[in-house]
Amino acid sequence: MASETRDTARPSAPGGVSFSLSDPTVRAVFYQILVVGIVVAVGWFLIHNTLDNLSKRSIATGFGFLEREASFGIGESLIDYHPRDSYGRAFLVGVLNTLKVSIIGVVLATVLGTLIGVARLSSNWLIAKLASGYVEIVRNIPPLLQLFFWYALVSESMPPVRQALNPIPGVFLSQRGLFVPVPSADPVWGQMGFALAIAVIVVIFLRRWAKTRQERTGQPFPIGSATLGLLIGLPLIAYIAGGAPTALDVPKLQGFNFVGGVVVTPEFFAILVGLVVYTAAFIAEVVRSGILAVNWGQTEASRALGLDSGRTLRLVVLPQALRVIVPPLTSQYLNLTKNSSLALAIGYPDLVSIANTTLNQTGQAIEGVAMIMGTYLVISLGISIFMNWYNKRIALVER
Amino acid sequence: MTDNVHTGSIPDERPPANTVGPVAWLRNNLFNTWYNALLTILIAWLLVKAIPPLLDWLIFSANSFGTPPQVCRQQGGACWTFVSEKLRFVMFGTFPYDEQWRPLVTIVIIIALVLMSCDRRFWKPWLGLMWVGGLTAVGVLMWGGVLGLTYVENTLWGGLPLTLMLSVIGLSVAFPASILLALGRRSQLPAIRVMSVTYIELIRGVPLISLLFMASVMFPLFLPTGVNFDKLLRAQIAFIMFAAAYMAEAIRGGLQAIPKGQYEAADALGLNYWQAMRKIILPQALAISIPPLVNTFISFFKDTSLVIIIGLYDLLGTAKAALSDPAWRGFYREAYLFIGVIYWVFCYSMSKYSQKLERDLRRGHRR
Repeated sequence: MASETRDTARPSAPGGVSFSLSDPTVRAVFYQILVVGIVVAVGWFLIHNTLDNLSKRSIATGFGFLEREASFGIGESLIDYHPRDSYGRAFLVGVLNTLKVSIIGVVLATVLGTLIGVARLSSNWLIAKLASGYVEIVRNIPPLLQLFFWYALVSESMPPVRQALNPIPGVFLSQRGLFVPVPSADPVWGQMGFALAIAVIVVIFLRRWAKTRQERTGQPFPIGSATLGLLIGLPLIAYIAGGAPTALDVPKLQGFNFVGGVVVTPEFFAILVGLVVYTAAFIAEVVRSGILAVNWGQTEASRALGLDSGRTLRLVVLPQALRVIVPPLTSQYLNLTKNSSLALAIGYPDLVSIANTTLNQTGQAIEGVAMIMGTYLVISLGISIFMNWYNKRIALVER
Repeated sequence: MTDNVHTGSIPDERPPANTVGPVAWLRNNLFNTWYNALLTILIAWLLVKAIPPLLDWLIFSANSFGTPPQVCRQQGGACWTFVSEKLRFVMFGTFPYDEQWRPLVTIVIIIALVLMSCDRRFWKPWLGLMWVGGLTAVGVLMWGGVLGLTYVENTLWGGLPLTLMLSVIGLSVAFPASILLALGRRSQLPAIRVMSVTYIELIRGVPLISLLFMASVMFPLFLPTGVNFDKLLRAQIAFIMFAAAYMAEAIRGGLQAIPKGQYEAADALGLNYWQAMRKIILPQALAISIPPLVNTFISFFKDTSLVIIIGLYDLLGTAKAALSDPAWRGFYREAYLFIGVIYWVFCYSMSKYSQKLERDLRRGHRR
């Protein structure tokens, strides 16, 4: 790479401009034009063939098909969807399903991974060995195989709907998934959400005030318990003020399936458990290396300053460990999101699965693949931007 | 002054607690604090609850080879007949039954090549020739059509040889491409850098499935009418594209670790760009990148299982197909455990090897 900058002092040939390839600038420009030219030529060749093939098969290009009626059903959806709706809406259902499994998966995998990572460093021999056994087994088996296993576990080992297991009253477990009762619709839930929003705003201001007060007077404020109290207390007051409704929407067997309550489908269960179990093994390693990266002297110094072990962890060890943890953790989050596309193999209607159905029905292969890729690129970019922002926030501030 | 002097006799201190022997080990590693003791007891109780039924299923009440599936279903324990009955299908797919020694030899050749490449004593130029020879032999064995071997279409390939071939051929083709991409990303020529970065980030930003889709539904559109690749080759191309981007990032890490003085020294010797890279920079950068590269290999090996989605029968695909046989439905535990162990052995030995290599290389740097 540095050779291009060599010999820049060589006088150019008499008579002005020289086009010799031994001139580094000329050479650089020449090579770049050459490479760009080859790439453009190959690209043109492919596009030309594609257009040619498309016109021969009389497939219309463009995204007009998104307006057409999808006419296929989707097993689970966060928004209202009917086969009469358009392909565009079906795709939106897929995107939301992908986001749902990714977000829940990221949260659960972080919790499980952190627990296992800490457990691997435990002074308890049994716990440490179990945790490292978990990591070594799970990491070295393809995620798709694990998904198939979880899916088969639910769909083949669970009893049929009519003999559903009923471990707790109202909860039913069968081949169709886990049915759980939920509180019936009531205006009080909205009011509780409103109360929670107010609590969050109050907490933000309270934290700011507590920080300035401590900086000014040195008086600490019990911000932890105050936060907890506000976040739980305000919604609780709203709940009691709203008459404390206790009515439950209990699933009931009607015909061939349960009606009412909330269902965790076998597909969702399999993809979620599979992703969480697999990614947690990697997150455990990330957390472990992050904790090991903080010098033991830091803990000793903090204790010597009189901080108790909770504050040592919170104020000294964790901030330093997080700096090491966050970048690799980001790539694990990205991996989990991308691996959620494996849902296709077990029939969870994620965006890849719905795009696949769409492109099979319409023949719009290029648009379908482009939509999958585009959506994932946007999601990946979003996670990267958020984690980079977080990383910058926790990065070491140097003078 | 005498006030400071202790005159009475000091009581004997208790002898130090045992630091060796099983009792001391238990106390230090399992019962060192009250919560650890509690956790130990809790986990031991869980293990006592969980392990006997598991062993019972695996071994004690497992049905021996040859038990018909109907009997297995009634008995409850693991049905290893499934594995013995379906072994050749799971391992070799639909390859003609009488010719299945050919994929078996293929497996042996590939594993032998990989094992040889793991030993640093064999890191010589002739190793490349061995690979070329070995892969040619693999091609001859699998396709046949020469040397008196009957021709076997590659749509009949399946099982472990397919998994191994997809990984090994994919990695060996992607490797040179990834070096070029990594060099391109570090290049001072803006056009080349931008193109390399775009390619790498584009591929790394999308899931492998979307690339496989592209390979299965878009590649046929890309080619002139009349020219067509078969499905296996298209999947292989998608894997190569995928692996090249990830390996390029591993190699870039190695390139960035090379101090600037090395580049300047190469310049001072009058080497041109390619000479400097080949003789000075890449040998050092690649040595540093080997551990992350092996990690890429591991995830790539696991990812080959995704070909099932576009309808190829690799090891996971054949196991799933074996399960769809009506006579053998429901023995998914046995099937997935069996191929899970195969995948695990490959991946675990690669990761152990990578750790060993990392230790060896670090030793080299310390000296």
